[in-house]
Amino acid sequence: MTAIARSTKNINWPGVGRSILAAALSIALGLLIGALFLLFSGQNPVAAYTSLLKGAFGTPARLAETFVKMTPFLILAISVSISFKCGVWNIGAEGQLIVGAITSFWAAMTFHFLPPVLLLPLTAVAGMVGGTLWSGIAGVLKAYFNANEVITTSMLNFIAVYLLAYMVNGPLKDPEGFNFPQSRLIPESLELPRLLAGSRLNIAFLVALGLVIVTLLFWRSTVGFRMEIVGASRRVATHVGLNVKRTIILVSIISGAIAGLAGWGEIFGVHFRLIEAIAVGMGSLAVVVALIGELHPLGMVVSAFLFASLVVGGNAMERSAGVPFALVDVINGSIILIVLARSYLFRGWRS
Amino acid sequence: MTEQLPVRLVGITKRFPGVVANDGVDLDLRVGEVHGLLGENGAGKSTLMNILFGLYTPEEGQIFVNGQPVIIDSPAKAISLGIGMIHQHFRLVRPFTVTENIILGLDSTPAILDMKAAATRVAQVARQYGIQINPNARIENLSVGEQQRVEILNSLYREANVLILDEPTAVLTPQEAQDLAVTLREMASQGKAVVFISHKLDEVMDVTDRVTVLRRGRKVFEAMTADTSKGELAREMIGHKLEEFKREQKAFIMALTGAGEVTAAGDGSAAGHHEAAAARPVLTVQNLVVNDDRDLPACREVSFEIAAGEILGVAGVDGNGQRELIEALTGQRPALEGHISVNGKDATRWTPRQVIDHDVAVITDDRQGEGLLLKTSVARNTVLKLFERPAFAKRRMLRFGAIDSFAEQLVQDYSISTPGVQVAAAKLSGGNQQKIILARELSQSPALIIANKPTRGLDIGAATYVHQKLSEERDRGAAVLLISADLDELFALSDRLMVIYSGRVMGIMPIEEADLERVGLMMAGTSDGGRPTSEQVTP
Repeated sequence: MTAIARSTKNINWPGVGRSILAAALSIALGLLIGALFLLFSGQNPVAAYTSLLKGAFGTPARLAETFVKMTPFLILAISVSISFKCGVWNIGAEGQLIVGAITSFWAAMTFHFLPPVLLLPLTAVAGMVGGTLWSGIAGVLKAYFNANEVITTSMLNFIAVYLLAYMVNGPLKDPEGFNFPQSRLIPESLELPRLLAGSRLNIAFLVALGLVIVTLLFWRSTVGFRMEIVGASRRVATHVGLNVKRTIILVSIISGAIAGLAGWGEIFGVHFRLIEAIAVGMGSLAVVVALIGELHPLGMVVSAFLFASLVVGGNAMERSAGVPFALVDVINGSIILIVLARSYLFRGWRS
Repeated sequence: MTEQLPVRLVGITKRFPGVVANDGVDLDLRVGEVHGLLGENGAGKSTLMNILFGLYTPEEGQIFVNGQPVIIDSPAKAISLGIGMIHQHFRLVRPFTVTENIILGLDSTPAILDMKAAATRVAQVARQYGIQINPNARIENLSVGEQQRVEILNSLYREANVLILDEPTAVLTPQEAQDLAVTLREMASQGKAVVFISHKLDEVMDVTDRVTVLRRGRKVFEAMTADTSKGELAREMIGHKLEEFKREQKAFIMALTGAGEVTAAGDGSAAGHHEAAAARPVLTVQNLVVNDDRDLPACREVSFEIAAGEILGVAGVDGNGQRELIEALTGQRPALEGHISVNGKDATRWTPRQVIDHDVAVITDDRQGEGLLLKTSVARNTVLKLFERPAFAKRRMLRFGAIDSFAEQLVQDYSISTPGVQVAAAKLSGGNQQKIILARELSQSPALIIANKPTRGLDIGAATYVHQKLSEERDRGAAVLLISADLDELFALSDRLMVIYSGRVMGIMPIEEADLERVGLMMAGTSDGGRPTSEQVTP
């Protein structure tokens, strides 16, 4: 891809090498600390980690499952990274994903008479519009009332979570669903095509990878540069004639649309219906994935893959090695802390 | 010497990277005197006093307290020597009472507090100096002026003999400032030595017994306040070594260019430009009224115009409406009344983008905060205002090749010293950063250039380069609005000089008719007594 080729042209390779080495050492250190926790709780760390690795990469099906988990992480991280680069601390990806899921599901049900070839793109657009609506609220509040977006987006997350809970327990509840808090299934014709038979891996994963390329191009566009200027300094941006308010609203719209697309991917690619726990914890994880990927699209591919492996492998570790999932969380937490502290831990060789 | 001076500073020199903040400064503080320390922003007043208070260590020089040489390496040491400092930003615990704040951190405070006794003592000290304060009031319920009184009381309670007040009136209302003046006089009459830092002439004349003027880190003047005048102080603050400066600059340009072709400030710059001054006006400002951030009037009925091929200098002490004027002209602050036009077009309500698109260049006085993105490459910094134009973007995608070669050309044309155009702007020296801004702003042959203190913080070489460029632009036919706190610069470059004070235009005159005495008086707020100006306000 020429976009990747061009954007890798000016890369400082020794610097990248050091970054990767630092990240790898951080992960190793995090796993080591996890191993100590495992030892103290009477588990065999070798067996536990073996099951983690096998669970995440052991078979093509397991690897496919890791890619399935990676998809929303990556899309949300891209959404978050665009806001962050513009200096907008949008932590509302979770709420935007949820609202995007609801609106795309609603579109599928409302326009069911359309042929799938029209309806499926329409649902994707509906998901993006939903995400945009949600992030746009915070964007307008930020631009015109200087409301702190960290607070508004996290409050909007709560509203979205309870809105979804209301929907799947109320108006959108499946009448034949044995009273489970979930909606009806979408028509089979709208399910996203699978990439690997017998797995849940679907073309939403390709959408995520496509988004990586689009984002690489985006940062080479005038709009992307404008956002970078606003993110680097509002004062400079105003001085050079940029409309800061409009840029903040635009970045909210773009971030929200991408997060809404993640919601669409989860509904039409994985769950095929609205469920209550569609996005639990994904918002904060997306922030971590974005920051560890240093807000670079390719960096986020790596970090999204890493966290997806930990989640999928951790599930397997719980099942086959009997390690409680709480301990998996502890290991994940140790890795996150050390990876985030790596610039301090390994600052000596970042000359 | 019959009396011991409470404080003597001898030959204090303090350097920061790239700047000499204090250069061999001597200062004597005397018992019972309020000593004014006067100077422009950045003249080194606060640095000098922070050295006395132990916040900075000087590279050279000696401090004597009561005749003894001392090394003051911390504020605690300063306090133990009887020196107190009241900073612009108060250091008070807001939910605590006045008394609690004052006894906080005192060694003599017992483990079990007797708050009543402490409050009585605080009240006693306050009464002694005529300071009105309730010892049991909480800080968060006090006005700014009252909080300042607590800070003063705090120093007096610690038995300070020397009190330093850093721009104490900057935060006060006029009434509070008057109360403060009374308190300072009272402290002096009880034998304290007081240092009063300010850049406001009126206050210094009112409050102090003796005044020292610092300029560019050097002590340039000291006198008994009664023996000097506002006009004299204004001149000393801004500088009067014009001839010396011109010579220095001329020699530098000769060295640069090799020979005589001195286009810059050296020779009577105004001479060749009089016919140009009659040319069409590029910028016309009529009765402009602008408010500052606190919604108080900053520009009052400002009117002037600048013709193509002319530099209009704006002289005035900092904070007399210059910033607000520029922000109004560049679309960053609304004009409440009046009219701005650029090349005959109504520019009163232009957005910053419209201002840029109508060939108005702005050289900001805050290059690191407003002019450049320090972490971004030199190349990208050169196109911050231009990147959306077809030369640098095709179908909304940036043309990095075009941007890089544009930047490389500018680096060459403006002799910017940089390892390359991909280097972050932060890696360059101040002078070269300013050259990036000049290159960016001047590359598009602007019709109007608004230059706000364009040589601030630059060494003589870089400053000369800026002057040369501005002269070249004027000769090319640009109109230049040059705002500066440096009279030398204004006299060297301007064709006409406008003086503003407190947001008003005090007068506009051809540079040949301007002399330091007259400009100094006008800058101090004395209107142009008697002498007719050839042009009032609008010609």
